[in-house]
Amino acid sequence: MPKSKSAYSVPTKKQKPDTYIFVVWVDNEAGVLARVVGLFSGRGYNIESLAVAEVDAVKNISRITIVTTGTPQVIDQIRLQLTKLVPVHKVAEFKREDKDVIFKEMALFKVVGKRNKIEKCLNACKKFNPVILDETKSSAVIQITALRREIDVMNKKLKPLGLVSTSRTGAVAMTRGAKIFN
Amino acid sequence: MPKLLTGAEIVFKCLEDQKVEHIFGYPGGAVLPIYDELKNHPSIKHILVRHEQGAGHAAEGYARSSGKPGVVLVTSGPGATNVVTALTDAYMDSVPLVCISGQVPTHLIGTDAFQECDTTGITRPCTKHNWLVKDINDLSKVMHEAFTVATTGRPGPVLIDIPKDIQFAKAKYKKPNKEKKLNGKSHNKFSQDQIDELVTLLSKTKKPIIYSGGGVINSGPKASQALREFVELTGFPITSTLQGLGAYPGDDNQFLGMLGMHGTYEANNAMHDCDLLINIGARFDDRITGKIDEFSPNSKKVHIDIDPSSINKIIKVDLAIVGDVTSVISKINKTIAKRKNGHSKSNKSNIAKWWEQIEKWREKDSLNFVNSDESIKPQHAVQRLYELTKDKDTYVTTEVGQHQMWAAQHYKFNKPNRWMTSGGLGTMGYGLPAAVGVQIAHPEKLVIDIAGEASVLMTMQEMSTAVQYNLPIKIFILNNQYMGMVRQWQELLHEKNYSESYSEALPDFMKMAEAYGCKGIKADNPADLDDKIQEMIDYDGPVIFDCHVDPNENCFPMIPSGKPHNQMILGPKDQEENKIKGKGKALV
Repeated sequence: MPKSKSAYSVPTKKQKPDTYIFVVWVDNEAGVLARVVGLFSGRGYNIESLAVAEVDAVKNISRITIVTTGTPQVIDQIRLQLTKLVPVHKVAEFKREDKDVIFKEMALFKVVGKRNKIEKCLNACKKFNPVILDETKSSAVIQITALRREIDVMNKKLKPLGLVSTSRTGAVAMTRGAKIFN
Repeated sequence: MPKLLTGAEIVFKCLEDQKVEHIFGYPGGAVLPIYDELKNHPSIKHILVRHEQGAGHAAEGYARSSGKPGVVLVTSGPGATNVVTALTDAYMDSVPLVCISGQVPTHLIGTDAFQECDTTGITRPCTKHNWLVKDINDLSKVMHEAFTVATTGRPGPVLIDIPKDIQFAKAKYKKPNKEKKLNGKSHNKFSQDQIDELVTLLSKTKKPIIYSGGGVINSGPKASQALREFVELTGFPITSTLQGLGAYPGDDNQFLGMLGMHGTYEANNAMHDCDLLINIGARFDDRITGKIDEFSPNSKKVHIDIDPSSINKIIKVDLAIVGDVTSVISKINKTIAKRKNGHSKSNKSNIAKWWEQIEKWREKDSLNFVNSDESIKPQHAVQRLYELTKDKDTYVTTEVGQHQMWAAQHYKFNKPNRWMTSGGLGTMGYGLPAAVGVQIAHPEKLVIDIAGEASVLMTMQEMSTAVQYNLPIKIFILNNQYMGMVRQWQELLHEKNYSESYSEALPDFMKMAEAYGCKGIKADNPADLDDKIQEMIDYDGPVIFDCHVDPNENCFPMIPSGKPHNQMILGPKDQEENKIKGKGKALV
């Protein structure tokens, strides 16, 4: 095919994307999650994980935590676009490396195998407050709380030890100290 | 105990309290209760369109020309899907619309009922906000909130989906709240420090340019007034986006014409070479900026906009002022006036050299074209139309394509709200229904749709609306038998492979006019053009004007997409000159 002479806009210099965590307070009403998620998909932003639940039953407020990647310019846009949505009350965002913020995720691992393998799994999870939620002769459900990256690592590590199923909540975030997001 | 009203009654109560005078709509099963209630509200006039897209565009024309929100009423399913194009158009161009759609009864939602569709799902990405009213007690609050959302901040379309059972259900009516709850979305909190910073920049600049956009129009007539004062105070050159035309007088010497892809040579070069760029109510659209990396490389950039998400979206700016254009510019003007030592005088001498440069660019006369005695040149047709209508307070709408750009280049607007065009979405078929809406808002004014024959056929059925309400709109078709802009791109960029851009079987527009019951006028000879245009203007009623123009004319100047401002393709005269000099194709 001969080279087209057609002119069109091409993307130019790209900045390096970083991982950010957004915390969004919204009215807990029908369709609000679709608005937030639709904004991300419609404008081509990433969602790495998403956690949402009502946090204030009186004021009817839900808290959405979204892990996303983007260049600083894209992250700015995400914040500003989210803020424009009518049911959104406030938006906070911070970098994954931010030391002032706790950033946790819970995972459930189902391990099937002999006792010694399950023991090995528990041992491997030691750092992450493992809790056994269910146990039979040949299986166990282990709950851990850790950083996203750590869960990624554990997920890989436990595979050869009989991990058959993983369920994760997606990250949630909270500031350290007395300070709250504003 | 207060009287209980039905949902349909509440809808009209709200419309009355919001001072709505006209609604554009089309009835259907799921809105029949609302249509039934229409007869009891004589202050609200319903305009029956021929297609829901037409209702949406008519409401856009109404809103853009009057500053009031346009109201649309459609039924469920196809009624709602047909209006999606108009909602998206309004969203892109920040036009306040309130669309009320019927929905199947609540207990049938989700069952794939007859004429059911997920209206709020479909319209979520093309409205500022939308509501599905499932409880009659929410209806009045939602209706009033809808008007607030549509008209405050950066305006835009909203949609309220009302199931049929809710239209029959009864509740108390609640009046609108006086205080506006902004939910943390206040957009007018700029500081005096920012203004001071800008005024300091103004006094230092040697090569400034003001680039104004549709935000000035949306901010109201006072914004245009303030802008004019600002331009006069500073003596700076000003250019405008497509949507901003009319905010500053098009025939003034400080106005460089439109900028961007089909903007003038002087405006684009000034944008490229300036040292201070002041964006007032525009959004650095890709048709304006061209290649981002090479956009105005040596300038300090200031952005005044009511929408914080417009700031730094495409172009990083040095100073951002988030606020309503009227209040920001008025503040700037006051601050300039307050500063001592006659800032304006000293500054005007600073930029004298810059004006000399601009005059040099102007000499290129980049809007030139080679006129002809044999065929009507489209640019000439627009120029004649302008000359013959400029003394009237004329409102112009357009479709999308070459004719739209020629209208923007050659028709000079002196007042805001006189120019209605689909810029962001670029919707062919916008102009005719928009003209209907404009004429409804301004019954005594001359309203012209400068159209292309391909675009106008997309919403031609609205001629029937114009005839029904005796709206004397003039459809001025620059008929070149091609989708002209498509053909132009194919000629310049796709080796003249005119793939599907020629319309083989165009209708006879004279007969079409007759069929619709309006007047048809045809012109194909430059010598008769003026008389025919005059005949169109003088005729009291809708007119379809079939102006046969040179089919091979291209719209110049042009920045090919993805190129910077200083690489424009100029018109035929310039290309000719460069050939003689052996320079080949002109990329200046």
